[in-house]
Amino acid sequence: MKMNRILSLALAGAMGMSLLAGCSSSGSGESSAPESTAPAESGAVEESTAPTGAAFKLGGTGPLTGDASIYGLAAYHGAQIAVDEINAEGGAIQFDLRYEDDVNVAETAVNAYNTLKEWGMQISLGSVTSTPGVSTSALNFEDRIFALTPSASSPSVIADKDNVFQMCFTDDNQGSASAQYIYDQGLGENIFIIWKNDDVYSTGIRDQFVAKADELGLTVAGEATFTTDTSTDFTVQLTQAQEAGADLIFLPIYYTPASMILTQADQMGYAPEFFGVDGMDGILTVEGFDTSLAEGVMLLTPFNADATDEATVSFVTKYQKEYGETPNQFAADAYDCVYAYKQALEAAGCTPDMSAEEICDALIEVFPTITFNGLTGDGEGITWDSTGAVSKSPKGMIIQDGAYVGMD
Amino acid sequence: MVFLNYLISGIGLGSIYAIIALGYTMVYGIAKMLNFAHGDVIMVGAYVCFFAMSGLGGGSLPAFVPPLAGTLLAMVVCTVLGVVIERLAYKPLRQAGSLAVLITAIGVSYFLQNAAQLLWSSSPKMFTPVVSRDLQVPLPGGSSISVLTILTVAVCVIIMLFLTWFTGRTKMGKAMRACSENKAAAQLMGIDVNKTISMTFAIGSALAAIAGVLYLSAYPSLVPTTGSLPGIKAFTAAVFGGIGSIPGALLGGLLLGVIEIFAGAYISTQLSTAIVFGVLIVVLLVKPAGLLGKVVREKV
Amino acid sequence: MKRLGQMKRSTRTSLFTYALVIAAFVIVQLVRTFKEGGVGSVLEGQLIPICAYIVMALSLNLVVGVSGELSLGHAGFMSIGAFAGSAVALGLQSSLGSAPLRLAVAMVAGAAVAALLGFLIGIPVLRLNGDYLAIVTLAFGEIIKSIVTNIYLGVDEDGLQFSFLSNTNQLGEGGVELIRGPMGVMHSQRISSFVAGFVLVLVALVVIFNLVNSRTGRAIMAARDNRIAAESVGISVTKYKMIAFVVSAALAGAAGTLYGCSQTTFVATKFDFNTSILILVFVVLGGLGNMWGSVIAATALTILPEALRQFSDYRMLVYAIVLILVMLATHDPTLRGFFDRLRGKAVRGLDTASIRRGGKTEKGGDAR
Repeated sequence: MKMNRILSLALAGAMGMSLLAGCSSSGSGESSAPESTAPAESGAVEESTAPTGAAFKLGGTGPLTGDASIYGLAAYHGAQIAVDEINAEGGAIQFDLRYEDDVNVAETAVNAYNTLKEWGMQISLGSVTSTPGVSTSALNFEDRIFALTPSASSPSVIADKDNVFQMCFTDDNQGSASAQYIYDQGLGENIFIIWKNDDVYSTGIRDQFVAKADELGLTVAGEATFTTDTSTDFTVQLTQAQEAGADLIFLPIYYTPASMILTQADQMGYAPEFFGVDGMDGILTVEGFDTSLAEGVMLLTPFNADATDEATVSFVTKYQKEYGETPNQFAADAYDCVYAYKQALEAAGCTPDMSAEEICDALIEVFPTITFNGLTGDGEGITWDSTGAVSKSPKGMIIQDGAYVGMD
Repeated sequence: MVFLNYLISGIGLGSIYAIIALGYTMVYGIAKMLNFAHGDVIMVGAYVCFFAMSGLGGGSLPAFVPPLAGTLLAMVVCTVLGVVIERLAYKPLRQAGSLAVLITAIGVSYFLQNAAQLLWSSSPKMFTPVVSRDLQVPLPGGSSISVLTILTVAVCVIIMLFLTWFTGRTKMGKAMRACSENKAAAQLMGIDVNKTISMTFAIGSALAAIAGVLYLSAYPSLVPTTGSLPGIKAFTAAVFGGIGSIPGALLGGLLLGVIEIFAGAYISTQLSTAIVFGVLIVVLLVKPAGLLGKVVREKV
Repeated sequence: MKRLGQMKRSTRTSLFTYALVIAAFVIVQLVRTFKEGGVGSVLEGQLIPICAYIVMALSLNLVVGVSGELSLGHAGFMSIGAFAGSAVALGLQSSLGSAPLRLAVAMVAGAAVAALLGFLIGIPVLRLNGDYLAIVTLAFGEIIKSIVTNIYLGVDEDGLQFSFLSNTNQLGEGGVELIRGPMGVMHSQRISSFVAGFVLVLVALVVIFNLVNSRTGRAIMAARDNRIAAESVGISVTKYKMIAFVVSAALAGAAGTLYGCSQTTFVATKFDFNTSILILVFVVLGGLGNMWGSVIAATALTILPEALRQFSDYRMLVYAIVLILVMLATHDPTLRGFFDRLRGKAVRGLDTASIRRGGKTEKGGDAR
């Protein structure tokens, strides 16, 4: 490991020198790529428990650095726990997990995917976020490597691709499910939406929510947006909601900005109902967050870290021990992905010596037929249709006394 | 009333930009470099204060001690950090021109962000405000202004006055101004340029720590990339007010915040960034050296 | 060698740059054709982005190095080129069968739209100087980003449909969404190819070298080195700076199209301030006004983050350190002197920048 670093620093240094001396062609840069992938096998994955005998090479990309890294790292860690458990059991199915950083950029995701392909990835966890997910799933389709993404929820990720499946709800699905839920439960008369204008996830849910609300006759009193550049002050958005007389604010956004919105609404003395989506999950575990601010917030989420069933408790305990944090739904979805793979590979009778394409064909057959029970979903089992979309019921949750309580 | 509310939150946001811009403009005016790592120094300061406060909090200490101690510790750490960065990454490039330093500043910015992620993980931390956000001063007409906003504006004005006094009256301050006008001539007059620039970084970084604490008190979500956005905004504010002008940084920051809020409120939240920058362009076309900047005549 | 020595320095530098690019292309193509597994899937996937970034670096070098204006919003032109070019490519997908031809049309369109925008932006921008000019370019970059994020463009049998801020397009049967607001562009076919990228790099080099080594180019550099002196001999500074700015925008637009058509999807936020800065890093690292330097720097710095993947969690940390060290090393006076001496002995002057700031190293290179 140490040698590798020195080698690579020297390599990088040489690159720098080549700029200076100008005597080498760009060939020096090109030769570095294949060289660097050889030690990478031992480098990146060494932390995982060494699989006994042959193992399926399982790869995924996600933002492990940068401002979306919280989602990528959660998925990576969740998957890692599942892989460690499975390998420790020592059954017939063993995994060798490798995650590569895509910084939430499509172009880097393609590079990350290609790195994994060079490594010999047989099955894929796709990408964690949607925009990279669209890019890598196209490659998954072309290369015939099966993908089950934990959280890339845009419908474009699975559209027209027979071998790309999702563990999360699609954005469309969430948007209409949220509208339906609000309608069924009679939660709000006047709905206001605050969404993130430059985010694929947020936009997808919002579009479908508006369409469905229109169909159901719900009143959308207004909407306001923010972008990455303006995600600090939400006074304007909240004041507009207040002016519009909204009694329910729909927040199809992730929990970091949501926590800011709750804080600022509290400061304004404005207390409408808040309704979130699965991205809101995790808000209670933000270090230092005053959970009383989230009191009464409703959300649809597939996962509840406070659930008392054995599987969830065991997963949450392990995750906390290993990474010092409470897992969110990204971690749970990724954990489920690995176990779903295990079940499907067993059902299909795949072995690690099969090629990616053979495994892919087998899994395309098997996945729509299995019923999977995992951390996410409501206990009735998770199924997939042949388009790759998942069918599981979202849980309606309300936050009471700093914990989720089922709403039904 | 709604208008007043918008104005107040605009000033709240603007005073944060202003306080960052003050530190930015110091370094920018004197070292003549775009210090892209300034925002990340803010982030480091905020983390230091966060951990100090959670370490000291909950004990028998009086309520004002943890925030104060946290802020002071953050200032010390940031000052050291600022001087070290300057020494290791910027000083060797003093002769190389401002663009070369710009690139190392970006390198330093990447470095700080990624080091912070490795040290403190990328999960957000909710910053405990130094002054409770619930303390509000009622205003006539039914609206109210938070004590935190008043504190931020007050700190901003104090820093501005201090810097004006410092650069105008003290020996070190005069040396700084001399360096900003002409480094070679300053050196000939017996000014230690290196020491002066180090001092500038020390002050700028200490201000960054204060800015970090106040910024996170108002907008509490703390992640390793927290500093990059306010860094760019502060740069914009500094140019808006006139580079190197200390009152200009305050004015630029406040205007930037108010325009951002008003653009979102009365035109479109989707386009508020575009409008802010649009206004900036118009202002610079009318006053090419910023609002309070001096127009330097080109000598033939 | 002797004949080489008699050539003008600028000609030698251009020939060297062409040779460098062509040699790199030939080597890569040979490896791709004859070696099993080609250049490896990672590098294979990066070839087109590398070409796009090279053209971006070259075009920015024209503004920063040759024209002497710091631009912090160059990614805005790439964005415009990527979106306009992709919209054209998607719109023609059913009517124009040949992919290379479609790409060419798209690139011309992307370049034209970016050039037009460059002209419009240039009018206010070029009235300013120094840091104020830099921040206005930054401002335009951000404005372009937030406007493009809100554009919805679709096409169906009745023609183009455009809406802004919210999607009100009612596309008929068989309609195609060209630009989908925050969702960006979705390509069902990736029509860019490495050969197209190589051709674009060559075109960019030809355009830039011909511009720089012409009467216009010398006027641009004169305006850079001393604005007042240039004006006093009757050079219209704004006009020449505008020429450099528009040409640069057009090349960036074409590079954007190349990039956009090589991706399955991309969104407007990809072309943000950080991308502008990244391209600036290529230019500064490669040397202001030094075109082959830009080519190498863009290539090396695009590959570097991928080459560092073995560091897993520490990847970007190492990248940052390498960036700082390279900057420090390339500007270290001792090292510099050493390499200058080394260079002097080896190939005299072959690889000195043709256009270096101050122009003091030039000895009659540009005099005719």
